[in-house]
Amino acid sequence: MSDAVLATQNLVKTFGALKATDDVSIDLRPGEIHAVIGPNGAGKSTLIQQICGGLKPDAGRVFLNGQDVSHHDTRARAQAGLGRTFQVSALCMEDTVLENAVLGAIGANRAVWRFWASALKTRELTDRAKAALERVGLSEHHQTRCGNLSHGERRQLEVGIALTLSPRAFIMDEPMAGLGAGGSKKLTELLDGMRAQAPILLVEHDMDAVFALADRISVLVYGKIIASGSIDDIKNSDVVREAYLGQEA
Amino acid sequence: MKVDERVCNALVLFGMLALPLWALAQDEPFTITLVTRAVILALAAVGLNIVLGFGGMVSFGHAMFFGIGGYAMGILAYHAQTYMPLDLGLFTFEGTKSMPVIWLVAMVVSAMIALLVGLLSLRTSGVYFIMITLAFGQMFFYFAISWAAYGGEDGLSIYVRNDFPGLNTLVPIQFFGVCFAILCVVLFLVARLRASPFGLALNAARQSGVRVETMGLDPMRIKLVAFILSGAITGLAGALFADLNRFVSPSMFSWQLSGELIVLIIIGGVGRLMGPVIGACVFVALEHALGGLTDFWHIYLGVILLCIVLFARGGLIGLLTGKESAHV
Repeated sequence: MSDAVLATQNLVKTFGALKATDDVSIDLRPGEIHAVIGPNGAGKSTLIQQICGGLKPDAGRVFLNGQDVSHHDTRARAQAGLGRTFQVSALCMEDTVLENAVLGAIGANRAVWRFWASALKTRELTDRAKAALERVGLSEHHQTRCGNLSHGERRQLEVGIALTLSPRAFIMDEPMAGLGAGGSKKLTELLDGMRAQAPILLVEHDMDAVFALADRISVLVYGKIIASGSIDDIKNSDVVREAYLGQEA
Repeated sequence: MKVDERVCNALVLFGMLALPLWALAQDEPFTITLVTRAVILALAAVGLNIVLGFGGMVSFGHAMFFGIGGYAMGILAYHAQTYMPLDLGLFTFEGTKSMPVIWLVAMVVSAMIALLVGLLSLRTSGVYFIMITLAFGQMFFYFAISWAAYGGEDGLSIYVRNDFPGLNTLVPIQFFGVCFAILCVVLFLVARLRASPFGLALNAARQSGVRVETMGLDPMRIKLVAFILSGAITGLAGALFADLNRFVSPSMFSWQLSGELIVLIIIGGVGRLMGPVIGACVFVALEHALGGLTDFWHIYLGVILLCIVLFARGGLIGLLTGKESAHV
């Protein structure tokens, strides 16, 4: 894991008799998109939670930039450079798009203990927020209340907020979920351009997006990584066909 | 008819200032005292609004800070008035009749108690948070009742209102001026706070704690700081309230008062800068107008509250400005 930006080492998590994560070691290298796929209930969300700090693994460790962050909570891992997007949008629905992005800038600049100057009039915060919103194509919507955004725009905003943190690694939990073909294509293009900035660990159901984006794919079934490799490796893998793709055929 | 919120705010403050001046000209000191009461209740609710409106924490124990402020005034003034020094163990303190000193003590003690109460109660949320803050409030209530040294159930009377440099605070309009000036300063500070990075993060923490954490911020700490600021402001209001009545009693700690502060905010508009102020004006006006007609005036207050909750979720400000959400 010498040059890996993010790595897990033998993660184990059980819920009663269920092994949700079974000895998972994956890593994320600079400049790549590493997709994690798997059928429903394979333990993808559980894995993400352990990487981001929401769930404590029973065993195993998590490294970010070579630093052991296993005992960091969500907040500390975010500070250490994890930028996460949620499967179900976790946005501040009453706030405007710009305010949501400025919250990220406040986190990135550690500006939360400022009580005097207006957040929306502080250039260092708004510049950062606006730059991120421009990247995701939401510049027109600065003043739009988040609750009034379309589903697709919310997904874009999720990514935009993660961008404000300038993270070392992105963790994206089904960013395409619920998007139509058009929205999915747009977001795919966006993510494609983001890998140069920081590598992306992408958990995704939309196989078109995965095949379009992934440099590597890992297949998670019953909490175990059963295969890992390039797109062709995975497409031609008998194990994967049997365990996963085969179910749909 | 939709009014701009800033115009609405300015009109309310102007009205609060104009009414006592008119009363002064008409020589009706009671009206001045009535408005002063509204100003002080407004200040207490402005404090609560930081927690309840901006932070989404329904504190049902804010009377505890109101009472702490009241007793801070009562105890300090009592020792000064009886010439019995307050024995603090290491040294003695003769008490004080100086308002600025009393305010400072009221705010510092309230903030310290808010830190402790907040640390314990912010681990919970929703109905548990309501109950735990209520429980803390009741602890202070019963403590005050049994605190015989300071009047117990009967409370403490302070014969002469405390001093403010350069003013004769016994003149109603002068004491009103002090209270109104404090309200304006606090409103200005709270307006800054609300727009600041801290205010934005607090507002976000109300809506999604996970979101705030993912940004590398600690929602719990943000809420705790809000709780402390809130307690200090309500404590300051308590000290003024005690000075207004020249009397402190355990009723300042009562859960009914905690409830009234919440009601004030709901009537005016939750999370609005001036919501608590409008709420306090309406509350005191109703209390005076209806209280003269019937002892059961709370019934009418209840009906009004019901109508606001059912038909005007943004409170009176929401109704006037046509914007239901507190958000600008």
